[in-house]
Amino acid sequence: MASTKTDDAFVEFDRVQKSYDGETLVVKDLNLSIGRGEFLTMLGPSGSGKTTCLMMLAGFETATHGDIRLGGTEINNIPPHKRGIGMVFQNYALFPHMTVAENLSFPLEVRKMGKSEREAKVQRALDMVQMGDFGGRRPAQLSGGQQQRIALARALVFEAELVLMDEPLGALDKQLREHMQFEIKHIADNLGITVVYVTHDQTEALTMSDRVAVFEDGRIQQLDPPDTLYEQPKNSFVAQFIGENNTLMGKVEKIDNAANTAEVRLDDGSLIDTIPVNVSEVGERTLVSIRPERVEFNKDRLHADAHTLKAEVLEFIYMGDIYRTRLRVAGNENFIVKTRNAPDQRRLKAGEILDIGWRPQDCRALDA
Amino acid sequence: MRVNENMESTNMKMKTILLTTAAAMIAAPAFAASHMANEMTIVSWGGAYSKSQLLAYDEPYSEMTGTTIIHDDSSAEAVAKLRAMNEAGNVTWDVVDVVAADAIRLCDEGLALVIDPDKDLAPAPDGTPASEDFGDLLVSECYIPQIVYSTTFGYRTDMVGDTPPTDICAVFDLEAYPGKRSLEKRPINNMEWALLCDGVAKGDVYDVLATPEGQDKALAKLDTIKDQVIWWNAGADTPQLLADGEVVMGSTYNGRLFSVIEEQDQPVAMLWDAQVFDLDGWIIPAGLSPEREARARDYVRFATDTQRLADQAKYISYGPARMSSAPLVGKHAELGIDMAPHMPTDPNNAKNTFLYNYEFWADYRDDIDAKFQAWLAQ
Amino acid sequence: MSDTAQSGPVLAADGTPLKKSLARALRLQKTRALLLIAPLLLFVLVSFIVPIGQMLWRSVENDIVSDTLPLTVQALKTWDASAGELPDEAVYAAFARDMIVAVKAKEHTKLGTRLNYEQTGISSMFRQSGRKVGKWDPVADAPFKQKLIDVHDGWGDINTWRVIQTHARKVTPGYFLNAIDMRLTPDGATTQPEDKRILIKLFGRTLFMSLIIMGSCILLGYPIAWLLANLPMRQANILLILVLLPFWTSLLVRTSAWKVLLQSQGVINEILVWLGLITDEGRLVMINNQFGTIVAMTHILLPFMILPMYSVMQTIPQTYLRAAKSLGATNWTAFWRVYFPQTVPGIGAGSILVFILSIGYYITPEIVGGTKGVFISNRIAYHISSSLNWGLAAALGTILLAVVLLLYWCYDKIVGIDNVKLG
Ligand SMILES: Nc1ncnc2c1ncn2[C@@H]1O[C@H](COP(=O)(O)OP(=O)(O)OP(=O)(O)O)[C@@H](O)[C@H]1O
Ligand SMILES: [Mg+2]
Repeated sequence: MASTKTDDAFVEFDRVQKSYDGETLVVKDLNLSIGRGEFLTMLGPSGSGKTTCLMMLAGFETATHGDIRLGGTEINNIPPHKRGIGMVFQNYALFPHMTVAENLSFPLEVRKMGKSEREAKVQRALDMVQMGDFGGRRPAQLSGGQQQRIALARALVFEAELVLMDEPLGALDKQLREHMQFEIKHIADNLGITVVYVTHDQTEALTMSDRVAVFEDGRIQQLDPPDTLYEQPKNSFVAQFIGENNTLMGKVEKIDNAANTAEVRLDDGSLIDTIPVNVSEVGERTLVSIRPERVEFNKDRLHADAHTLKAEVLEFIYMGDIYRTRLRVAGNENFIVKTRNAPDQRRLKAGEILDIGWRPQDCRALDA
Repeated sequence: MRVNENMESTNMKMKTILLTTAAAMIAAPAFAASHMANEMTIVSWGGAYSKSQLLAYDEPYSEMTGTTIIHDDSSAEAVAKLRAMNEAGNVTWDVVDVVAADAIRLCDEGLALVIDPDKDLAPAPDGTPASEDFGDLLVSECYIPQIVYSTTFGYRTDMVGDTPPTDICAVFDLEAYPGKRSLEKRPINNMEWALLCDGVAKGDVYDVLATPEGQDKALAKLDTIKDQVIWWNAGADTPQLLADGEVVMGSTYNGRLFSVIEEQDQPVAMLWDAQVFDLDGWIIPAGLSPEREARARDYVRFATDTQRLADQAKYISYGPARMSSAPLVGKHAELGIDMAPHMPTDPNNAKNTFLYNYEFWADYRDDIDAKFQAWLAQ
Repeated sequence: MSDTAQSGPVLAADGTPLKKSLARALRLQKTRALLLIAPLLLFVLVSFIVPIGQMLWRSVENDIVSDTLPLTVQALKTWDASAGELPDEAVYAAFARDMIVAVKAKEHTKLGTRLNYEQTGISSMFRQSGRKVGKWDPVADAPFKQKLIDVHDGWGDINTWRVIQTHARKVTPGYFLNAIDMRLTPDGATTQPEDKRILIKLFGRTLFMSLIIMGSCILLGYPIAWLLANLPMRQANILLILVLLPFWTSLLVRTSAWKVLLQSQGVINEILVWLGLITDEGRLVMINNQFGTIVAMTHILLPFMILPMYSVMQTIPQTYLRAAKSLGATNWTAFWRVYFPQTVPGIGAGSILVFILSIGYYITPEIVGGTKGVFISNRIAYHISSSLNWGLAAALGTILLAVVLLLYWCYDKIVGIDNVKLG
């Protein structure tokens, strides 16, 4: 939906549609432009069409409708091997019958590069991913993380300007994944390459990307930098998909377009302040979303005439760096509040009744 | 009729035989137990021939004695199998139908029991002792022949023009009878015919064939038609080749040709010249328990009496081995035609026959076969 | 842990050294496992190892001469054949005594058959002489020399005695010599006369044709296996059934079907004539020769090539090809450099299967091979069931086994047997 069409777009999807079976559209009207050097992540639930988009870009699937442009030229009819796009697969797809060095030298060989040049490039690529000593090994003799690095090195060794990665870290454990996220980002920035990255993992998306495209049901629901995405979700899907989120249901009571605020009457009768995001009429049903860390129960910090709600503490969980408190608020028993473990922070007790509130701009009235 | 009839089971590898041997050893007690029952295993060739035996011998015998007869169509590899059973010490067959050459070898190997025709077999209805009734056909002391068959040529009547062949040497005459001919893929019979048509007198054939020069002579004669020969292994091959028009003439057993001509109505006729007589009959394997042996002898006595042998000719065109059976041969059970004129033993058909020399081939078989195979492979 | 390591051997809970109790536990485990598979092991031993051992033994075993004629063999030891004189009365007397015993036991004709392999004609000598000698008395009827020669003049031939002398040993290389177109004569090992040499030729032909059959199975099987591995499930299953269909019909039927197709009045020739591609006289000869054998055997053995290939291809994910293409490889390069090498284990397994099966085949070559398409196994079958020369058959079989093992060894050296995947 959101398309930042720029003239210097490097990769461009223009009203692209894709159907495998001729009955359902897997990708619906995709418009997306990616700038040179950008790190763009496609994030979305399983089956939302992310891999399909990537495959169309790589040339392994053809778009049913629409154009895909790379550096200004249409690539619909260019076979995959001529597109010069680097690719990292989820299972790495390292050729098992070749050594690491042979794997890396493969794209150079098919480009008819001389032997010495090849060797130099392979070594450089290996060094880049800190695998300089592993050239003689077979993929099966490497750990998962090491294979990952080799796959990355192979996608980069022939100096592709665009690298596609389809859940490249999916098979790694959490710690290694975090480490590799950092490394991939680092290498991409250093080389100045354009990366289109597919992941399930929202943290990964938020930490690595310049922009994130949230996919659902074959459409981009929101395309924004991570902070915007997190703090200003454009609809209830994005709000619930990205990060933890408290939701309350209600009806729009009053809209003040000039001040960009709206009052919402919750289903239990209480009234709260929100900003209207995609509600436009009084009386419309809405889903109100507040991030757990933006909920305030310290009266001193709340705006004097802010609306507050009565809440009952149901559970208090100590998590080290933060406290996580579950409340019953306006009938919702899963209302979470996260507070920093700071010296002046109060630990709530189960059964306690208190007033909670928030800044109006943190509470977004979205489509129901 | 012969060793290669049933290709699939004929050719057994060493391993299978030895495997059977080993398995048989393990299974021996179980088998012994099953033979306590009143049943016997009769081994024959299968197909129409076994059917004629079933109707003429087995059904009447079962009815008379209450014996259950189990049939096994393993005659093609009877010698090898009997040898393996004997080595394993567990003979599961009671009576075995074999050709004369195999009977001689089984007798040589001690794998078949000696049968005294006058003691063990029924005399002719007029009291003539069996040894006289069978006469010369008792070629081995272990062997009771049932039928006389002959290996002869059939030809396509529509492919020989106005002058159908009457002489065995037509086989070697490519000018008068161009086209492919089928011959059995072994030296026996072919070598004799080659010599006969190379001018060797009938009485001298085996003397000539005993010498290396004679063997070369025979092969040289065969060489003249080698390009035009399709070599057969199974008795069913030539009838099929004739029916398909693949060959203009070919050798096979006369009973097979009878069914192509009379039963299938193909444009094929028989060449009754220098056909080679051979026998088919019973042996009783050595190594049976006394009661099984007694029953086997009883069966053979019944199945080779004058009437039974004549009965068999109702179902298949092979001549009964007893002289006393000949006058009793009647009409074909289904076609209703007189069977006597189709017997290889009928005087009209047997004007110029060739007598197969068992003794010679027992000696020379391997030697000449090696030469023959080498010649074939050239 | 580190405490105990310092103070001598590690002890288990009950005080025995840990190593010892571990060994005991393992031994117990092994014994139990062994007991579990014992029946199977026994079966394998009885049904595979023993027959192969028997075959090896039979290819050199030659007890029959010295067992049937013990006295004669003893007496012949002192006879010098090169002097050119017949043995003396002592040998004949010993022979007569041996024969009288042998005839009673019906052993003499067996010996005749055995010696007939070495010298044509001995079979009937023994059979004919047996009838008369069996009635003799070892004492009253002496001397025997002239009597025996009267019974059959073969006994007056010095060669007969030389053959008996030469083949008296209990273990003989004779069968192996025969198997490679040589023979053991009184004057030592010599080659067979030219017109009887066939076995080496057949060995060579068998290997050569098996290689061709293997090659055509690879060429035909590879694309089919690829299709099987890449078609959607439903179509792949149907195709798999088609591939396996030949197994459901008898070998004889399949081979005969080729006859109908390939013979000169057969379907293919008829169609070609009808289309005017060949003349009626110029019908193609496609059967009863090597071509027929190769076609029929390739058809019959094809599934054995396809199945291992298929099972290997199935495990190769599509992403390898995609990866290769994304790296800049054309379709062909991606196939040849990335896909094909990964299927080599399947090709290897299929090739070994097809090659070994085809080396041992005899039914199909017999039916459609004519004179030039016959394999060594046809000769083995002949010697098993027709000539009853099981010693020679065993020697041929042993050589075939040795050739297979040798090729297997070469294959292991070149491709590596660890790289073979049968399924
Ligand atoms: N080759 C194909 N044929 C038919 N349908 C397909 C094919 N590949 C994918 N699909 C369908 O297209 C839709 C989108 O698939 P896609 O693989 O793009 O999802 P994804 O977003 O990558 O999911 P995941 O996160 O699980 O990888 C799914 O409903 C899937 O079933
Ligand atoms: Mg995907």
